[in-house]
Amino acid sequence: MGFETFEKFGIVTHTKESKAADFVTYLEQGKVMATKCKKCQINYFPPQVDCPKCLLSDVEWLEVKGNGKLLTYSMVNYGPLGFEDKAPYFLGVGEFADGVKIFATLSKDIKETDIKVGMALKVIPVKSNDKVFFELQAAG
Amino acid sequence: MEDIAIVGVGQSNFSRKCGVTIKELIFEAFKEAMEGLDIVNSDIDCSIICSSLYDSQRSAEGPVSEYLGLNPQPTFLIENACAEGSTGLRTAWALIKSGLHDIVLVIGIEKMSGQTSREVAEMMGRAYDVTWESSLGLTMPAGYGMIARAHMAKYGTTEEQLANVRVKNSFYSVKNPKAAFRKEITLQGVLESMPVASPLKMLDCCANADGASCVILAKGDVAKRIARIPIWIAGLGSGSNTTMGRRNSYTSFTNAKKAAEEAYKMAGVGPGDIDVAEVHDCFTIAEIIAYEDMGFARPGEGPKLVEEKETYLEGRIPVNLDGGLLCKGHPVGATGGSQIRTIVKQLRGDAGDIQVKDAEIGLAHNIGGIGHYANVTILRR
Repeated sequence: MGFETFEKFGIVTHTKESKAADFVTYLEQGKVMATKCKKCQINYFPPQVDCPKCLLSDVEWLEVKGNGKLLTYSMVNYGPLGFEDKAPYFLGVGEFADGVKIFATLSKDIKETDIKVGMALKVIPVKSNDKVFFELQAAG
Repeated sequence: MEDIAIVGVGQSNFSRKCGVTIKELIFEAFKEAMEGLDIVNSDIDCSIICSSLYDSQRSAEGPVSEYLGLNPQPTFLIENACAEGSTGLRTAWALIKSGLHDIVLVIGIEKMSGQTSREVAEMMGRAYDVTWESSLGLTMPAGYGMIARAHMAKYGTTEEQLANVRVKNSFYSVKNPKAAFRKEITLQGVLESMPVASPLKMLDCCANADGASCVILAKGDVAKRIARIPIWIAGLGSGSNTTMGRRNSYTSFTNAKKAAEEAYKMAGVGPGDIDVAEVHDCFTIAEIIAYEDMGFARPGEGPKLVEEKETYLEGRIPVNLDGGLLCKGHPVGATGGSQIRTIVKQLRGDAGDIQVKDAEIGLAHNIGGIGHYANVTILRR
């Protein structure tokens, strides 16, 4: 089934297999995708292919497009194992259309002094060595 | 209606490095909890061990129950991140309420000194969703840093207002011989400490610690027979929350509010009836949020409560007079029991220098993760 491609996801990977492994394939194609339960019309991000409401596993993938806004953030000065060399880095939560909220790192391209709650954001895929993940980037 | 009581409480010294095994550390807490109780080990029907097991021992309930002379009675482990101590208490209550047991022992234990700070941070980080959160570098301070930032953005809360919490708790820490950090800290001291996860600095954060706690619960008629002053469990509430990206609020833990509502309803009291409280101040912002979630202050007005010294001993609602997690240290599994111990001592009138006059009703608020798990316990003399 190819679930093991999920091992490419993350800055550090703890989960090597997932039924949502298509997410990684989409990331490699430059798209950050959410899932939507076809029956309940509920959006899921992070994506999940199982819907706990109807107990079906019939979802469609939809791209998280357009601008969102930064709900909150923190600059991490002390990273855990695997992130020792990454600190300082920013983490935040962005809110996008259709109730999709995304927890992610903030792109290093955003100037520190520009980071503000409410700022406009987009979500972008990132490739780093053999890993893929997504980041929040300043919009416009 | 209040038919189950706490009959014994104890805790070890909390320290950065205990230098003994977890069994030996637990013994200190067990011994204090058994003091003055008219029972022997075989009268304890069941033991519950609450721990996130940062030490090498897995299934700690076996070796621990043996060390305390509690075999062949049933024993089991509860893991619920930093909230497991009060989850153990809730479980013990249910076991007694069901009629299955008369006396249940709840042990909290964590030994964190065997690992480096980075290893602990990584293990703690894996208490979040390892698929989507740990993989992107979420840490406990970063989670609370995001909560603090949201509170500042929404209500204009300042870093000074956060620091006031540490100043208060450190003021009382010198009166707690079992606290790991017993030193008064100034506002300037907090503000000038090293940045950890903005806007939180080193002294806005509690420290990992070694420690054990013990709470003994008994059925009402048994409690009256074996204990000098039983302290009654009047209200219990509990709730869970989502991963960081799916929250409805970043300025409140909605599950803690739910837990408080349940506990107040069960006890038939409101926030204004609470004489003394212990809240989960793993970070300064966490205590502010707790004031608001417990109804001690309106949303956004938590910072004012400590600024106006209303949560000091002489104030309207004294909070964390034992120094809180910020000064006691936070041995994960032991924290919930330590909070209960402080409230029980207050309600017994045994709290010494930090005694709240005529305290009759107390509240303990214990949180796991970044607000992922919440328990509220209301006790009555």
